[in-house]
Amino acid sequence: MTSNSFLQVAFYVITLLALAKPLGRYMANVYEDKSVGLNRLLAPVETSIYSLSGVNPKEEMRWTDYAIALLMFNLLGALAVFMLQRFQADLPFNPQNLSAVSPDSAFNTAASFATNTNWQGYGGETTMSYLTQMLGLTVQNFVSAATGMAVLVALIRGFIRRNSDSIGNFWVDLTRSTLYILMPLSLILALLLVGQGVVQTFSAYHTVPLVESVSYEQPKLGADGQALQDADGKPVMESVEAKEQIIAVGPAASQVAIKQLGTNGGGFFNVNSAHPLENPTPLSNFLEMLSILLIPAALCYTFGVMVGDTRQGWAILAAMTIVLVSLIFIEVPAEQGGNPAFASLSIDQTTTSEMQAGGNMEGKETRFGITNSALWAVATTAASNGSVNSMHDSFTPIGGMIPMWLMQLGEVIFGGVGSGLYGMIMFAIVAVFVSGLMIGRTPEYLGKKIEAYEMKMAAITILIPPLVVLGGTALAVMVAIGKSSVFNPGAHGFSEVLYALSSAGNNNGSAFGGLSANTPFYNTLLGIAMLFSRFWLTVPVLAIAGSLAAKKIVPVGMGTLPTHTPLFVALLIGVVLMVGALTFLPALALGPVVEHLQMIHAK
Amino acid sequence: MIKHLKPAMILFVLLSVLTGFIYPAVVTVLAQIIFPEQANGSLLTDGKGKLTGSILIGQSFSSPKYFWGRPSATAPFAYNAGASSGSNLGPTNPALVDAVKARIETLKAADPKNEAPIPVDLITTSGSGLDPHISPAAANYQINRVAKARNLKPEKLHALVEAHTESRQLGFLGEPGVNVLKLNLALDNIH
Repeated sequence: MTSNSFLQVAFYVITLLALAKPLGRYMANVYEDKSVGLNRLLAPVETSIYSLSGVNPKEEMRWTDYAIALLMFNLLGALAVFMLQRFQADLPFNPQNLSAVSPDSAFNTAASFATNTNWQGYGGETTMSYLTQMLGLTVQNFVSAATGMAVLVALIRGFIRRNSDSIGNFWVDLTRSTLYILMPLSLILALLLVGQGVVQTFSAYHTVPLVESVSYEQPKLGADGQALQDADGKPVMESVEAKEQIIAVGPAASQVAIKQLGTNGGGFFNVNSAHPLENPTPLSNFLEMLSILLIPAALCYTFGVMVGDTRQGWAILAAMTIVLVSLIFIEVPAEQGGNPAFASLSIDQTTTSEMQAGGNMEGKETRFGITNSALWAVATTAASNGSVNSMHDSFTPIGGMIPMWLMQLGEVIFGGVGSGLYGMIMFAIVAVFVSGLMIGRTPEYLGKKIEAYEMKMAAITILIPPLVVLGGTALAVMVAIGKSSVFNPGAHGFSEVLYALSSAGNNNGSAFGGLSANTPFYNTLLGIAMLFSRFWLTVPVLAIAGSLAAKKIVPVGMGTLPTHTPLFVALLIGVVLMVGALTFLPALALGPVVEHLQMIHAK
Repeated sequence: MIKHLKPAMILFVLLSVLTGFIYPAVVTVLAQIIFPEQANGSLLTDGKGKLTGSILIGQSFSSPKYFWGRPSATAPFAYNAGASSGSNLGPTNPALVDAVKARIETLKAADPKNEAPIPVDLITTSGSGLDPHISPAAANYQINRVAKARNLKPEKLHALVEAHTESRQLGFLGEPGVNVLKLNLALDNIH
């Protein structure tokens, strides 16, 4: 790593941690219904939303009601996204006259955006009308993120309440998350991004003349519109000259801002944040990358404030940061090392800081080079964001394994907004239980006794994603229809499938893009994987919230294991890595590990 | 169950209007007022107001008298800005090595006397297929070829490349690069 590389990584991590406290404090005020300044402006909006929809904001919900309200709201959202895609051809804001999306792809995308995954089986600029992008996808970017935050806040209430049968009001948590946190941050970020060159317009795509025309071959079409074939059955090719370039534009900045902040990740364009009109400069890249981890990091502090002991929040943030930074320092050198297959060719892969980035540049943009592509890959998979600024399929085997493993850890190293932290709290519950067994202390966390019911629910949330990922991968590589979508040969082809299931089964959304996933088989398999992994985790977490809220608070005593110490941080990291390593090492050995060995021994 | 249906539906509609219409509309209006050029795609126009490209979107160049950009994997032709795409070729895929070898041959054929190793970004495809930049090393590598094709002194081109090299943003963010379209338009304006 060059000194500039160190500097960029350090600047990123330090800025992130510096912002965690102020934003975390602000969000705690929002959820504790204190004045936050903005509510002088937006309180009338909030009140009228409640009165129009017949919500009494003072009314508390049991965990079961909270879960039903949440599921119903998300189901409605998925239905709306599905319908918008199916009827977009007949709806306004479709200047390119894009046609209706196929039913399987529309199902996949609806599941994808309602679950905060934002897996994309489609190419944005060639598939989705402006209306679908805004009213379908952007809306889900907001409300799926707000849903995750609501569940987290409900879980926190479980810890702070005693002998209570309620955990808050879902409608209020949802509305406040959207109105006071996600919308203002997105508005600011969107305008900063436009300043750097991200497009924001309702105009149709631009056609511009090329300086030098491009000639290419394409199959010749007959009078019936079908490709002509010669005597051998091969398509007849004709040479065509392209003198113009069509430049896709659209209302991108507003969507890009929330897709980064809400750990959504669904790009406006096909290549996501590698596209120069979605991520034009190193500064836009920094802002987008910072936004990936901003809210998940700050929520740790919010958690600390709300449970009345900020050290608890810092401890969890420390555990996340230690894993993140360690993996950054594996990822960047892996990509900087370049491709050994090029060593015998007349190619310069060395980095000469001011002249070229060097390294494995296939699928990477010049303005981001190695450092920012590798750093982004770690950040986007640590969080369940899944946006990309380079093509992960073209990463070196180790460079591709780190993002894959970060997803497989259950998206708890920062993770999704809300969902990352509630996932991590599940691991903390397991950690206090395990340490309780080891030293013979009654397990308790934040003053609540952890008993069989909580452990069962926590175990479900930790075991469902691996089941979906490994079961789904096994299914996909056993059937011909699953294998036929694989693009790269050998072990890397297996990695493509494993990556896809790891991404869908942990609600990340990034991809090894070579896999042709826009088929009825993968659209269905991955759609179901995303729904399982989101809602089969949400419901047990809410059940724990309800169970904890009903308990009394145990005073801290001699037998209490402190959960803010470096020892507990190490224990928490240990549990996360142990579960992740034991579950996924065999599968990783078949994919990236084999490929790495092949790569370094091939001459 | 039923009692949650009404708030779910109305709240969904209200939040959809707020985040799906009002929010993007407000961003668009503000963006068009504050940053009209950027919001519309950083488009370039010639003297007569005709569109000639976007400063952020690369174009394909293959004539020896122009600087060439990154190889592009977009279909059906390179730098199709209507359908961005990467190659997605894995590092151990033989097709990647074959494609790279073919690109090396093309570069060598256009400039047989150049024995220097080729900067890696000049023979690998970009993530978007629309990368507007190449590294300064990749620009320098091509100077002799372009100079010969245009009957210009290499020193003159060195100066031009240097003038078009964008250093790291704020001094340390990202990587230095040369905007190929800008550089080539400047080349055409030399005469």
